[in-house]
Amino acid sequence: MLQGWFIVVASFAYLGVLFAIAWYGDRRADAGRSIIASPTIYALSLAVYCTTWTYYGSVGRAAATGIGFLPIYLGPTLMLSLWWFVMLKMIRIAKANRLTSIADFVAARYGKSQLLGGLVTIIAVVGVVPYIALQLKAVSNSLFIVLHYPDIVMPARADALPLLQDSTLYVALIMAAFTILFGTRHLDATERHEGMVAAIAFESVVKLVAFIAVGLFVTFSLYEGFDDIFSRAYAVPKLQALMSFSGNYGSWASLTFLSMMAIMLLPRQFQIAVVENVNENHLRRAVWLFPLYLLLINLFVLPIALGGSLYFDSGEVDADTFVLTLPIAFQQQWLVLLVFIGGLSAATGMVIVETIALSTMICNDLIMPTMLRWEWLGLSRRTDLSWQLLNIRRWAIVIILLLGYLYFRVAGEAYALVGIGLISFSAVAQFAPVIVGALYWKGGTRPGALAGLAAGFLVWGYTLLIPSFAKSGWLPVDFIQHGLFGIELLRPQQLFGLSGLDEITHCLFWSMFANIGAYLGVSLLRQQNAREAGQATLFVDALRAQQAPGARFWRGSAQLEELLPLIGRFLGPKRARAALDQYAQRRGVASLEELKADADLVVYAESLLAGAIGSASARVMVASVVKEEALGLDEVMNILDEASQVRAYSRQLERQSQELSAATRNLRAANERLKELDRLKDDFMSTITHELRTPLTSIRAFSEMLRDDPRTDLVERKRFLGIIVAEAERLTRLINQVLDLAKIESGGAVWHTAEVDLREVIQHSVDTTSQLFKERSVALDVNLPDAVPPIIADRDRLMQVMINLLSNAVKFCALGSGSVDVRLWREGSMLRVDVADNGPGIRREDQVIIFEKFRQGGRSSDVLTTKPQGTGLGLAISRQIIENFGGRLWVESAPEEGRAGAKFSFTLPTQAMEDKRSKEGSA
Amino acid sequence: MTPSSLTGQRLTAIFLLGWVLFDYPLLFLFNRNANLFGIPLLYAYVFLAWAGLIALMAWVVERRSD
Repeated sequence: MLQGWFIVVASFAYLGVLFAIAWYGDRRADAGRSIIASPTIYALSLAVYCTTWTYYGSVGRAAATGIGFLPIYLGPTLMLSLWWFVMLKMIRIAKANRLTSIADFVAARYGKSQLLGGLVTIIAVVGVVPYIALQLKAVSNSLFIVLHYPDIVMPARADALPLLQDSTLYVALIMAAFTILFGTRHLDATERHEGMVAAIAFESVVKLVAFIAVGLFVTFSLYEGFDDIFSRAYAVPKLQALMSFSGNYGSWASLTFLSMMAIMLLPRQFQIAVVENVNENHLRRAVWLFPLYLLLINLFVLPIALGGSLYFDSGEVDADTFVLTLPIAFQQQWLVLLVFIGGLSAATGMVIVETIALSTMICNDLIMPTMLRWEWLGLSRRTDLSWQLLNIRRWAIVIILLLGYLYFRVAGEAYALVGIGLISFSAVAQFAPVIVGALYWKGGTRPGALAGLAAGFLVWGYTLLIPSFAKSGWLPVDFIQHGLFGIELLRPQQLFGLSGLDEITHCLFWSMFANIGAYLGVSLLRQQNAREAGQATLFVDALRAQQAPGARFWRGSAQLEELLPLIGRFLGPKRARAALDQYAQRRGVASLEELKADADLVVYAESLLAGAIGSASARVMVASVVKEEALGLDEVMNILDEASQVRAYSRQLERQSQELSAATRNLRAANERLKELDRLKDDFMSTITHELRTPLTSIRAFSEMLRDDPRTDLVERKRFLGIIVAEAERLTRLINQVLDLAKIESGGAVWHTAEVDLREVIQHSVDTTSQLFKERSVALDVNLPDAVPPIIADRDRLMQVMINLLSNAVKFCALGSGSVDVRLWREGSMLRVDVADNGPGIRREDQVIIFEKFRQGGRSSDVLTTKPQGTGLGLAISRQIIENFGGRLWVESAPEEGRAGAKFSFTLPTQAMEDKRSKEGSA
Repeated sequence: MTPSSLTGQRLTAIFLLGWVLFDYPLLFLFNRNANLFGIPLLYAYVFLAWAGLIALMAWVVERRSD
């Protein structure tokens, strides 16, 4: 069944499915209903990281070095944990400035330099070309093997074939055509390709499923589970070595570092993670889902490698092909087809995204800046360049793939798949210093970045790329063995005599040494210029809230009539109008003709252009149509200072307004309290006048009766006079108490303090009130200890309290059946007195108010109406007195719970306690 | 989305933990001829540590409370 034509048809059918997904994705995006607006899709599309390197190459690497295939996946796992802020920052910056590639990113940060953008592009293209060659090699090898099904034949060396018979060339061309269809159908100002992302996510699922299918097949069908494979491998000495760590830790660490950088800085990773990001919240899930994907796709690598090594023990089958050759050996047609499609997924995914990203860079940062300089091309007279832009990108894609093919012909055979990939990783790592510096160091300058990148790139080329040509026989091997011009110190893989490292670690060390050294050294040579300083702030402070866009760094005058055609030339006139219309709406202006050509508009126009032709070229183009004043470094610094001062002021303002509102709250509370006091005073006044009027009224009434009615008999007169005297006494008492209370409250009361024996006070009070008890036939039970420590207090005042409590108790007891208990006891260092009655009790809600002035307990909580006898001041005064001597007066009663009676208690400190307190006070 | 500083610090701590787990001294500790359920100890360790790290990251970023 697996004949040649079937494989080819299946492959094209699969590409057709991808294309359908992409088409559908684009259509949905145009309709505003994105299908990629999901964190899962974002995480899956990041898995474009796993190419045929992972798919075929990991097994080969594992068969050679055991655990050595893993750092390439552990590194990204570690890096993803830092993405939370690093990637978030990159996304914010890229969105704010419409940066569409890593070259743009670097160029924009270091003063919108065209030169820098061009250099980054060259490094990226040269560096990634081996990586693309890797994909071509893997696809053409797997195609070759599948076409020979059911025999297992290893592909011949590519350079043995004449050019036109080499299927790899056709693979490259078909991929180029496919990428062009995918990525350059229309020009988007943001360079986003939603359809492509959907297809990539789909491919990620396909390759994972296919790889796990092979893994399950090998582990559980060919062998009897993991332990079976491992125990058999233990029996073979060569394989036993793979079970433990055989490489050196230096290369382990350098691979981890390389892959950490690659996951951020590979052009395709930047494209997917930053440019194609729809919503920065998607990062949240990617942080763990993408590492999980990496874990899953690596789970079966070692079992397949060991299983393959055990089965093909003659060593004729390349371990890079085990994924495919094991199913072939057991004639699993469908599995073979699935594996081949999975490999195709891995390769096409990588090639599509990588070449689209590179073509954008080539177009925006290399070709356009050059063409715009060449007056004779007449570009400045064309009104619509958008079609040309697309054509440049298409040609760039073809050229990149042909370069990949060329590298494959020249050097592809000298290395295993992973070896080729690592050359690219090392190249991309050269971006690390300038990017990290771009995000976190404001001091980097354009010359510094240029020097760092150039130095690192040269060292990389000398120590890794050129030797790869030499190893394939295209350059004399002498050069590796004896160094350039025969100088031993310049041996490319033992530079300056540094030996003992593997070639990747060696290259990484020297290139980073040169790169970081030059970047820092040259950056620190001179002061930053104005544009560098401005851009540095925009980048490094990107996560600060309310960062104003670059508008504050622009000063000058512009005409809308000049800006609009300029944008139109690159985006197409229709799209340019639409974009500016949108902007006008956002600014609340009816139409774009009414737009004011201010700094904001110029910056917006520049960012629109930047999306299409790169930030550096956009800067040049905009500068060519507007009149602008160059800002000096001092001015930029002033603007920055102002900005930071404004920030500081606003923080200060915020703090002050908080303080102010706190103060307002306090004042309002104080005012409430004053009002309450005022109300209380009014209440007090009205109550007191009412209280005074009652006895006065009866005195007057009886006096009038005596005066007006001379016929009243003597008995009656005596009774009237008795009432008048009693009422007058009550009036006096009331006035005395009011004065008393006022004195205590104002602190003006005179206290005659002395040592007092509380037992004696209680006894005396009981004697004084005994008549009352007798009158109402209330039983009184006094329970005093034999001796208590003396207290310091005013004896008469305490008497007053006791008598008040006793008379209250007796007042509320039922006639005849009432009983009152008085008890004195020591409670710690205090003396406590309880006066308990068996009256009706005091409801919980009344327990507070009875201590207020003129409020009395009783059957009704109503003030003043059905009042029992008494002034209503007794308890208020008593409490003041007790508190004055450092004690406490309270009531316990729970009529709601069916318990009769109320218990008034007070405590007073003993003299010992008093001494201690005064000592502490004076100490 | 503003990066919650607590989440950021937790993730940084996870990064440091991962760096230690996957580097020399600890790897060396598990680099011996032993098996865990028939799987070489070194592999079992790396994959378990990896899975644990991922679980930790998922737990930290998916919590909504902070």
